[in-house]
Amino acid sequence: MKLRPTLLSLAAAVVALPVMAKDITLLNVSYDPTRELYKGINTAFAADWKAKHGDSVTIQMSHGGSGKQARAVVDGLPADVVTLALAYDIDAVADRGLLGKDWQSRLPDNASPYTSTIVFLVRKGNPKAIHDWGDLVKNGVQVITPNPKTSGGARWNFLAAWGYALKQPGGNDDTAKAYVKTLFQHVPVLDTGARGATNTFAQRGIGDVLVAWENEALLAKQGPGGDQFEIVIPSVTIVAEPPVAVVDKNAAAHGTRDVADAYLKFLYSPQAQDIEARNFYRPRSADVAAKYAAQFPKVNTFTLNDVFGDWRKAQAKFFAEGALFDQIGPGN
Amino acid sequence: MRRRVLPGFGLSLGYAVAYLGLIVLLPLAALAWKASDVGFSGILRLLSSPRTQAALKLSFGGALVAACVNVVVGLAVTWALVRYRFPGRRVLDALIDLPFALPTAVAGIALTAIYAPNGWLGRWLVPLGIQVAYTPLGVLVAMVFVGFPFVVRTLQPVLQSLEQEVEDAAESLGATAAQTFLRVILPTLLPTLLTGFALALARAVGEYGSVIFIAGNIPLRSEIAPLLIVQKLEEFDYAGASALGIVMLLFSLALLVLVSVVQRWTRRWAEAAA
Repeated sequence: MKLRPTLLSLAAAVVALPVMAKDITLLNVSYDPTRELYKGINTAFAADWKAKHGDSVTIQMSHGGSGKQARAVVDGLPADVVTLALAYDIDAVADRGLLGKDWQSRLPDNASPYTSTIVFLVRKGNPKAIHDWGDLVKNGVQVITPNPKTSGGARWNFLAAWGYALKQPGGNDDTAKAYVKTLFQHVPVLDTGARGATNTFAQRGIGDVLVAWENEALLAKQGPGGDQFEIVIPSVTIVAEPPVAVVDKNAAAHGTRDVADAYLKFLYSPQAQDIEARNFYRPRSADVAAKYAAQFPKVNTFTLNDVFGDWRKAQAKFFAEGALFDQIGPGN
Repeated sequence: MRRRVLPGFGLSLGYAVAYLGLIVLLPLAALAWKASDVGFSGILRLLSSPRTQAALKLSFGGALVAACVNVVVGLAVTWALVRYRFPGRRVLDALIDLPFALPTAVAGIALTAIYAPNGWLGRWLVPLGIQVAYTPLGVLVAMVFVGFPFVVRTLQPVLQSLEQEVEDAAESLGATAAQTFLRVILPTLLPTLLTGFALALARAVGEYGSVIFIAGNIPLRSEIAPLLIVQKLEEFDYAGASALGIVMLLFSLALLVLVSVVQRWTRRWAEAAA
């Protein structure tokens, strides 16, 4: 029979397959400003995995607004891992049963391999003399920050401002509420996302101060015309912890559990920590942090858990429909 | 029965219904189904919020004004294109389709860049006290931009088929220019103008991409209704978002029905006058 040789070679190929190197594909669903970061991480991880296991790993990326990305995963985007801007968005995926609700305790440091913080970007020479949160509500100061209702980054901004007000002498929920209410009266444009707010401030020339993630501020300073800005570190601010997690159900379905786990653990390795620092995220590793000390000046920070408990509580208290932000919102 | 070029009535109707069902009706049904979680009382509560009301007022009010502007300007532009020959006419004609083809986000960013206080036009307008970008006026500008080609493209063929002899006859019978326009030209064009109006209106109401960049998005002031839907989705509130979607759907439907009633009425009136 003529077919037999073909069939035989096919059978041989099938038998031989498991011992040959595999091609593995992972999908990492992330948020907008991590584009450059993961380009570097993915190359490094693929090389690392190939050296250890001989398989080639291709990591596909999807970037977008953090909340929108979480919704896409909930609605069926087959992400093996999610690397988002805030834990609340991964909680929402967990609520739909795609991963265990204990996801944040499975990896060190609240499952956030890198952090950032909230700082101010002001115009060159700091003409309005903005040095701390209190200066944002001075007469004639315009503040640019995105809308906490549509932007994860903006929620970190809001919580940083709230935490500052709480930490002032005599600070309590009422004084904090009064402070953020006044603060948002100084906001002329509420962009829907962090990158949009950076553009409004840097390109359109609106506002005296941009409240921004430190990594965005450093990126803006590196970009064209970056010498027109200065970074101001307030007296106290929040540690922004963008978390990562394996999407259990999808990884199980794709048979990628091991490599997905390894990929996230790799984010804590010295090599990855260095890439993160080069992309303006503060590394967790003390050694790498020491190396980049000039880029990341010491800041006086509090964590979300210190002041607000966890993201579910913060979301319910401040950003849910009819919650505090809606009550004090600009225009009200 | 006469034979048609394309297959019979049964097949074409079946195809039309199936297609419409799949592309239009099924998604709308899904919208209604998701919104049903909120219930009628939920929708009423949503509607009674001052923020929803302000956003709906800006979206629908802005779209109405933009459609009116487009009808007047569109008529003038179409008239110039159809009745006169001038250098660059073809280029102008092609340019009109640009808002159709341009990704709306690009349009929004371009408009914002021009009208921002440091933009080409903004730097002259702002000292005069006219702030366009990040105000309701900016929303209006974006809505005019995206709706413009609809008026011109619906009006153009009708104006082309309008015979000049009728106008000459009116003139030879002693009508003034104003009389000729109001009693001869306008009645013939009115139904078409209304179609253009309805299309420009519909586009402006639902427009998100271009409007979102130039709107200040400040609640109660410069926040459009589609943004409220996006905000609900950010809270993973699918039902609330759908409910707001249904409210917009009903408003749009009512507006379009109203326009088509007026349209039919003017057509009958135009035919009676002819």
